[in-house]
Amino acid sequence: MTLRPSAPTQHAITVLGHDRPGIIAETTERLADLGLNLEDSTMTLLRGHFAMMLVCSGEAPSAAIEAALAPLADDGALTVTVRSVAPDDPDPVRGAPHVLTVHGGDRPGIVSSVAAEVARVGGNITDLTTRLAGDLYLLVAELDLPAGVDATALGAEIDRVATDLGVGATLRPVETDEL
Amino acid sequence: MSDDRVHAWSEDELGVTGEVRDVVRAPAAVLSTAAAEVDPTAPDVVRLAADLVATMRVSPGCVGLAAPQVGVGSRVFCVDVSGHPRTRTGHGTFVLCNAEVVEATRREKAREGCMSVPDLTGDVRRAARLTVRGRLPGTGEEVTVVTDAFEARALQHEIDHCAGLLFLDRVADARAVHPRRTYL
Ligand SMILES: [Zn+2]
Repeated sequence: MTLRPSAPTQHAITVLGHDRPGIIAETTERLADLGLNLEDSTMTLLRGHFAMMLVCSGEAPSAAIEAALAPLADDGALTVTVRSVAPDDPDPVRGAPHVLTVHGGDRPGIVSSVAAEVARVGGNITDLTTRLAGDLYLLVAELDLPAGVDATALGAEIDRVATDLGVGATLRPVETDEL
Repeated sequence: MSDDRVHAWSEDELGVTGEVRDVVRAPAAVLSTAAAEVDPTAPDVVRLAADLVATMRVSPGCVGLAAPQVGVGSRVFCVDVSGHPRTRTGHGTFVLCNAEVVEATRREKAREGCMSVPDLTGDVRRAARLTVRGRLPGTGEEVTVVTDAFEARALQHEIDHCAGLLFLDRVADARAVHPRRTYL
């Protein structure tokens, strides 16, 4: 039992496809018209493709959101998905934040090999960017490491795996400027 | 006093004309390998110093170049931040051998690029107050450079190159790497 009023449903929405000006404006306007609040969102260009993910909250059912966003996909250049998701844990246990960089020649399996090492110690990847720039493959990840994980040992193990793939790795704690 | 010595230094002291060398790009192994200490009085190191300055001079926007960037695994780099808008203290053109950071404080974040990583830039925290010790090529004199702001950033970037590190190894977080924009 909880005394909190029933939390509004959260919806996870993705918009993917050919980039053009105005996608964000149209998407968010249609969501606002349904009385939905934007909570977290992220958008980037992946090899020039528009990629947006967002979580919004409100009373509108998924079917109504899908209908409202359908015109975005009319010309076939964008794909939209909508699904309801369980509300997030308000107080997740966070580990010690670290940043991992891996770079080198493009080789299959870099991300999976490195991610496996992080998972092996119970670390959680909370943000990830990879880029292929010419011949250079780059991975930058933020990790939460559980208490008791030896970050130096993990860094050495990741570097060993990376070296086997012909790339290099550096793991370091996140620095936060308290202002 | 050695600050004045660095300020007064110019590549003319080397007595050789530098040649422009090709700049290597990541993922070249030499860029990810710690470079070796050098004898700053050795003729090949003097020639390398002159080549680094010559290559920096012909490269638009280049404020520093380290030996690994021309494919040589030696702890030598040149710097010249003269005229850059973010420069406060500046020592003109100079080359340091076997340089090391003595003191680094006041870390600040700024966006960096690198000739060896031409397609990306990154947000990197670096000390804005810096003391570096190294040796001048040719005479081999030990000098200490006390600097700040943009010159401090450039020195740390080049010392990193000599340790086999790129700015990519220092970026602040997963959103801190950016494709370099080409404005048409
Ligand atoms: Zn560089």
